[in-house]
Amino acid sequence: METILTVNNLTKKFGYLTAVKDLSFSIEKGNVYGILGPNGSGKSTTLGIVLNVVNATSGGFSWFDGNTSTHDALKKVGAIIERPNFYPYMTALQNLKLVSKIKEVGQDKIEQKLELVGLLERKDSKFRTYSLGMKQRLAIASALLNDPEILILDEPTNGLDPQGIHQIRQIIKKIAAQGTTILLASHLLDEVEKVCSHVVILRKGEKLYSGRVDGMLASHGFFELRTDSSEQLLKFLEQNDSFGEVKQENGLITAFLEREMNAIELNKQLFASGIVLSHLVKRKESLEEQFLTLTENSNTTAATS
Amino acid sequence: MKRLLEIEFIKLWNNRASKILIISYFVLLTSIALVAAIKFDIGPIQFHLAEQGIFNFPYIWHFNTYVTAIFKLFLAIVIVSMMANEYSNKTIKQNLIDGLSKKEFILSKFLTVISFALISTVFVFGVSMILGLIYSDFNEASIIFSDLEYLLAFFLKLVGFFSFCLFLGIFVKRSAFALGFLILWAIVEQLIFGLLGWKFVSWDTAKMIKGAFPLEATARLIEEPFSRLNAVKSVANQIGEEFSFDYAVHWYEILIVLAWTAIFIYSSYALLKKRDL
Repeated sequence: METILTVNNLTKKFGYLTAVKDLSFSIEKGNVYGILGPNGSGKSTTLGIVLNVVNATSGGFSWFDGNTSTHDALKKVGAIIERPNFYPYMTALQNLKLVSKIKEVGQDKIEQKLELVGLLERKDSKFRTYSLGMKQRLAIASALLNDPEILILDEPTNGLDPQGIHQIRQIIKKIAAQGTTILLASHLLDEVEKVCSHVVILRKGEKLYSGRVDGMLASHGFFELRTDSSEQLLKFLEQNDSFGEVKQENGLITAFLEREMNAIELNKQLFASGIVLSHLVKRKESLEEQFLTLTENSNTTAATS
Repeated sequence: MKRLLEIEFIKLWNNRASKILIISYFVLLTSIALVAAIKFDIGPIQFHLAEQGIFNFPYIWHFNTYVTAIFKLFLAIVIVSMMANEYSNKTIKQNLIDGLSKKEFILSKFLTVISFALISTVFVFGVSMILGLIYSDFNEASIIFSDLEYLLAFFLKLVGFFSFCLFLGIFVKRSAFALGFLILWAIVEQLIFGLLGWKFVSWDTAKMIKGAFPLEATARLIEEPFSRLNAVKSVANQIGEEFSFDYAVHWYEILIVLAWTAIFIYSSYALLKKRDL
């Protein structure tokens, strides 16, 4: 698999505050990645470093094969960070012409990209007259001008109304369907869950997890059980080393699996030991639950939205 | 290089305020021709400024480069704001993300500064040439093309001054504050000069040291031309004053300005490189 970005032991300190701590991960071509973390966890700083606008304190990163200079590599990257930044006194068309000069690509794709994000009719309006949603869409059009190998989006739906959020997500899905690698930083779990196949989870600048979204906890899921003979069931679960933590709440027993086991097998074993269940469900944690577990495990004050 | 200039041109020319200032600047450069129209005709006193020898070759090179350099303030505003606006619009961040290197970014600004200075110099050359050909008492080619070092000095003066503005734009990041800082700096130079001459060294030494300050250095490249005028000289003679100023452009003055230009451009680059955006 072709590697697009490798980050090695990246550290960034702002005075006494460590924004990113010894972070390493790599991004392969063709996947949709999410960087997930609460506000202030170092997502934007990490992106700022690989995009050449923030200096790393130590560690490094390399684009593509590692032989291209960062600014040349960035010509093959499309990126939007935080807020859309354009010249307010210039029209959408003039702004995009400027970007294509910087990226050294032709101007023939401008109209096509403006159409993709639905701004073709407003192309001659000044940037400052745009609504936030339109500004964000113009930023996406601008990032796509060079048909980038990777599209980097930092909180692309932040501050938008539901309609704007929906429009942006539709555009992202359309782009992902064309096979473009995407790196999406967000604190919104469902956003990452809906779009991404891989995820890097950050908390206070430290990597908690990186890998496939579904393998996040290396979790085997959990059973929700209900029975009239709770005492016996709890005893059974404690003695069986397939199970780890067991929780009881309003008569509903939740048993987390340590190793793979299917529901039929458990039902058989319980029945054989004389325990009859009135409720049996096997579930996997949702991303939100996994995220909370991960961030809470390392400390107690994880903020989520 | 062409690409960098094109990038800057798009940014400047689409900004109405910059456009108006740039156009006004060049209109004002041309307006020096209007001096020729100054004429008093009050009974026995007849005075026609153009006839006083200010448009004589080669004096005209000195006079016009000195006077038109005053208008450089218009371009200073354009340059400070073209730099500071990149910060306030955060477009500098976007430019870098889009694949402009920090070196290219500074280079594109510096090239713009050079272009402004060059176009101004060509402009002043053209206007002076026309005025001279109309009003000058001497029209021999050897006289016309003497003392052209004033044009070189004019060019370097603008490059040095604009580089300072560029640096202030990056350093202060807000155009209004950067312009304020420019004025403050001009005062600081005088204060240091005054303090040195008053307390520490002789006034002559203080004057020499002052010549190494950036604003004073650019100012000294072209000394004031008025006391060279015959009319002024004769008035001075009548009241028993003798002027003996050194009007020439000196190589060490050029060197100081070049050094400041290099320092300002390199510091701008170093600042940009060091800062997190």
